[in-house]
Amino acid sequence: MELLMASAIGLLTAAGLYLVLRLRTFPVIVGLSLLTYAVNLFLFISGRLVVDAPPILRKGVETYTDPLPQALVLTAIVISFGMTAVVVMLALGSYLSSRSDDVTLAPVDESREGEA
Amino acid sequence: MNHWIIAPVVLPAMLAAILTLSMRHHPGLQRVFSVAGCVVLVAIALGLTVQAAGGAIGVYELGNWPAPFGIVLVLDRLSATMVLLTAALALVLLLYAIGTGWDQRGYNFHALWQFQLMGICGAFLTGDAFNLFVFFEVLLIASYGLMIHAGGARRLKAGVQYVIYNLLGSTLFLFALGTLYAVTGTLNMADLAVRAAEMPVENSALLRVGAMLLFLVFAIKAALLPLHFWLPNTYAEAPAPVAALFAVMTKIGAYAILRFYTLIFGPDLDATANLIDKLLLYGALLTLAAGMIGVLGARRLGRLAAFAAIGSMGTLLIAVAGFTPQSTAAALYYTIHSTLGGALLFVVVDLVRERRGALAGALMPGPRMAQHGMVAALWFGAAIAVAGLPPLSGFVGKLLILDATRDTADVWLIWGAVLATSLVAVLGFAQAGSTVFWKPDGSEAAEASAPHPALPLVAAFGLLAGIVALSVFAGPVMGYLEATAAQLHAPAAYIAAVLGQG
Repeated sequence: MELLMASAIGLLTAAGLYLVLRLRTFPVIVGLSLLTYAVNLFLFISGRLVVDAPPILRKGVETYTDPLPQALVLTAIVISFGMTAVVVMLALGSYLSSRSDDVTLAPVDESREGEA
Repeated sequence: MNHWIIAPVVLPAMLAAILTLSMRHHPGLQRVFSVAGCVVLVAIALGLTVQAAGGAIGVYELGNWPAPFGIVLVLDRLSATMVLLTAALALVLLLYAIGTGWDQRGYNFHALWQFQLMGICGAFLTGDAFNLFVFFEVLLIASYGLMIHAGGARRLKAGVQYVIYNLLGSTLFLFALGTLYAVTGTLNMADLAVRAAEMPVENSALLRVGAMLLFLVFAIKAALLPLHFWLPNTYAEAPAPVAALFAVMTKIGAYAILRFYTLIFGPDLDATANLIDKLLLYGALLTLAAGMIGVLGARRLGRLAAFAAIGSMGTLLIAVAGFTPQSTAAALYYTIHSTLGGALLFVVVDLVRERRGALAGALMPGPRMAQHGMVAALWFGAAIAVAGLPPLSGFVGKLLILDATRDTADVWLIWGAVLATSLVAVLGFAQAGSTVFWKPDGSEAAEASAPHPALPLVAAFGLLAGIVALSVFAGPVMGYLEATAAQLHAPAAYIAAVLGQG
């Protein structure tokens, strides 16, 4: 179980990082999502791996899992979901206005800077 | 329990919701309410500062849950000062945005502005590491909206870069928090300090990893070299009032470094002692050099201001890296100065761009502008402040930093870097200023240009007045900041206040 979790997080992070370093927005966004999956898993297990144990107090239950990471990971999921939506919209807007999905900013045409 | 502590978070949050929901189509009302909100925020921040000045540490327990279990907001001298600085800056810049009409060049400017303030104030006030992450996200998501306000292909593209870089930073932040939680079992900052101190040194490898990851996150925020790449494009392309408000966002990184590495990973903690201070110092020296060389090499005013912001962060972080009460007080003084100075620079750059028409911010001789002399005087003031020449507060701040680093091992390196980069900055500003203001190419500016309202100039002079006041009242301000630094370097009182003497 530990090995499975650790390697899953490692693989997701590696793949995410590789994709983030691409030059096109779509792979970058996919890479960011992979990274957030990895970090969500990481947060989830930061209270140690416990199988088949409830996080909430109940009668007749002896072992519990740490409830706090579950709350943290919920927050993190919500935030990363929102952020992904924002970055998708932004990337779309950027693509539609400049007709290119390249992440890099072209050198400035001197005369057009600061145009509102 | 003192409920005013949460007011700087709740007020902008409520106001932003009202602005979006019931005033969408009433720009006039939006302006009135937004300005009123900022005025009230300044008043609240003043009240909180007066309250914190006595040295008492106020704790606000959300939902009345006691400290390590619930989230707390903590008001000490440092957070009160930063909230006051943010509120005052936001008010002046909001007036600037309204005066120039920036707020009407897109939608929902005022609501985003208020959300941004909510995030910044919350980040300064919170006493919980995960809550700090949440407030970071609040201020970031508002800043994404503000950054691309008014649109345009270049701005959108720079916005995408900014968002991606910061999303990576947020991911790193979560990894750091997960590591810290796995090691210590808590994320309350006071409780973290207690647990970290109890941890045996030989078992603290993961704690060091967590501390280092956190440092990287805050270094991204503070634009420490080599993690500064998000800054130049973002600041140069963002709308001017927004870029000026961002001057306080980099300070959040410096604030978080100060807070975490005095409270939790303090100089007395064996496990993390000397972990970051050298790294921070050399990074800061490089940041300073890169920023000021960037000022000299910039070919457009927007980028010049952005690199000046990087340079001033370098100076600031040199002082932070000392981690002594004296250097921290100097760092805090320089924080206030560089926030006002950086904001003023962006505002002046925007004034110039508006008046030069098609030439905009390019560093080329152009026609005489409307109100040429006044704008030139403002530029002169901003340049003196940011480059650190007497008589303005930049000089006082640099003097304090040089004085605070006099007894360190790297004194010659620091003095050499600070003095040499000051010269480079002076050259850069002089070159840019003389090109723009002293070499009119003889042609007259197009008369068709819109009339220039007085409000933006009032806002710019307001910022300049703040810098002058900071220079004139340097003595009393330093007295207060020395007390702040002393409080910061004696974390026992903070921990006792949060954990209830426990």
